[in-house]
Amino acid sequence: MARIELNQIAHSYLKKPKNESDYALKRIHNEWEDGGAYALLGPSGCGKTTLLNVVSGLLTPSQGRVLYDGKDVTALPPEERNIAQVFQFPVLYDTMSVFNNLAFPLRNRGVEEGEVKKRVLEVAEILDLTPFLSKRAAGLAADAKQKISLGRGLVRSDVAAILFDEPLTVIDPHLKWNLRRKLKEVHEQLKLTLIYVTHDQVEALTFADQVLVMFEGELVQIGTPQELFENPKHKFVGFFIGSPGMNFLACTVEGNTARVDGAGILLDDDTAALAQKAQGKMEIGIRPMHLEVHAESVKGGIPATVKSVQDQGSFKILTVNMAGHTLRTRLPEGQAVPPNEAWLRFPKRWTKLFVDGRLVNK
Amino acid sequence: MEKWENNKAWFLVLPAFIIVAFSAFIPLMTVVNYSIQDIFGPGQSVFVGTEWFKEMLGNHRLHDALWRQFLFSGLVLLIEIPLGIMIALAMPTRGWGVSACLVTLALPLVIPWNVIGTIWIIFTRPDIGLFGVGINSLDLLEVPFDHTAKPIYAWITLLAMEVWHWTPLVALLAYAGLRAIPEAYYQAAKIDGASSWAIFFYIQLPKMRGVLTIAVLLRWMDSFLIYAEPFALTGGGPGNTTTFLSIYLVKLATMQFDLGPAAAFSLIYFVIILLFCFVFYQALLNVGRGEKV
Repeated sequence: MARIELNQIAHSYLKKPKNESDYALKRIHNEWEDGGAYALLGPSGCGKTTLLNVVSGLLTPSQGRVLYDGKDVTALPPEERNIAQVFQFPVLYDTMSVFNNLAFPLRNRGVEEGEVKKRVLEVAEILDLTPFLSKRAAGLAADAKQKISLGRGLVRSDVAAILFDEPLTVIDPHLKWNLRRKLKEVHEQLKLTLIYVTHDQVEALTFADQVLVMFEGELVQIGTPQELFENPKHKFVGFFIGSPGMNFLACTVEGNTARVDGAGILLDDDTAALAQKAQGKMEIGIRPMHLEVHAESVKGGIPATVKSVQDQGSFKILTVNMAGHTLRTRLPEGQAVPPNEAWLRFPKRWTKLFVDGRLVNK
Repeated sequence: MEKWENNKAWFLVLPAFIIVAFSAFIPLMTVVNYSIQDIFGPGQSVFVGTEWFKEMLGNHRLHDALWRQFLFSGLVLLIEIPLGIMIALAMPTRGWGVSACLVTLALPLVIPWNVIGTIWIIFTRPDIGLFGVGINSLDLLEVPFDHTAKPIYAWITLLAMEVWHWTPLVALLAYAGLRAIPEAYYQAAKIDGASSWAIFFYIQLPKMRGVLTIAVLLRWMDSFLIYAEPFALTGGGPGNTTTFLSIYLVKLATMQFDLGPAAAFSLIYFVIILLFCFVFYQALLNVGRGEKV
């Protein structure tokens, strides 16, 4: 087990990167605590897998250092890093039995056979693989195969961290839930550092204590699921997390009021003060669930027209038009849908201001 | 079930049926017809039943040719399959080297059998051939190299031809199999600390099983049918030492005009090949299927 530090990591797949856009990873600087569960979240092609491969040692970064417990491992190959990785598609040694698959990493390291047997039986028990031990690995279902891939990481008693590269992609939806719960169990039982790459926000938010959101090779925000939801530091986080994502409206700021094509929205004092000094493209952002909808005129309400309603079961998503801008709001259960006219209210607390895509705050 | 009144749709199968009949069934039945008759001339034939089959099955020249054939095909597989895999493993995976290798490997495959025979005969000739003159000038051999001098020399030349001509096919198939292995397997193996030998044995070889099955089947059938090369080299000699099944068959049918025995022989030959293909296919399909702890 180990604390993992990434020190000013940058990586380019090109031999001679010319500018910023040639880098798959740009200035990644971060620390992962021992025993934490972390999720790396971001769209396809944002550099998640590249970062994971840098941590596991499959890739040597163009710049920067990787440290395990303060020890520089940047130049070490994966087999010397005490790391395990589970890939998108289950990797199995088809000709071997499940037992031999699990024993493989130990036997390669010359572990004595009695110890191998003990470890394999232990891990098989944790992962509910005991009944399959004598079966050939090739014939099993996808979720069992993925558990074997995970098991090959767990058998090594010295393993520092387990890295997951979108491990649930090929698993049937009803089994995904089981496997995810198993992962959490393993994490609680063994207190291993887990780093989980995914583009699925539900997976990331349910799995991890800390979510790292990546966008175009950068870590744009690190935080608990709640922090990411309530205080997105970057427009991308607001947009990517939450379903539907945050509403954004281009605006200008005059005193305490943000003006959106004639409509005035009040900002809180701190934000307004900071906005006076800020330069750049200003936008306000608000989560659909924080945007209030009223059927009658209310104080501070901005008139809008209802365009469509999407019933999601326990709640409804309303699409409204306000001063020429399309906004989405989430109606809580029980609230009636306003027929045509509606009045929108932007609670100060949840109305965020973004300048050039970045959140304005202290 | 309801019966159709109008069954004219069956006529649509007719063209395919006629083509298959002419290309496979009728020629085969002609051979069957010959194999149960003694033919003296046009219109003069006697039904002999299974006599030709009995005679051919007991024919010691056929037995000798059959064993020679097994030895030859066995050696071909033993050399070509491992060699092909080794070449495939050594080939580059990216860059201009890939195309260069593929084109170079494909060259022998597009040369006709007779030309291959001629190339190697000239190459190994003791008077003008590079190899023949070269090895004889070293003065290492008791009997100077000449394919007609010793059976072993003829065999070496034949095997060299066959290996030169067909190993590229095995290599190309193996290469295709190797390229189809996802990168994650190699990455996982690296993390598991597997040696290159373990990677070969537990990842590459099992993943190549499909293409290697095809390679073994193709090479077995093709080498079992070998005709042009020994015919061009020594015509089956020295003595009968390179008289393989097809050479013997052609001698029987077109030189001695023993159509009945030759037909019986053909059918036996056909059954042997079919049988071995089936055995190989089943064996390779089931290899490593057994459960073990």
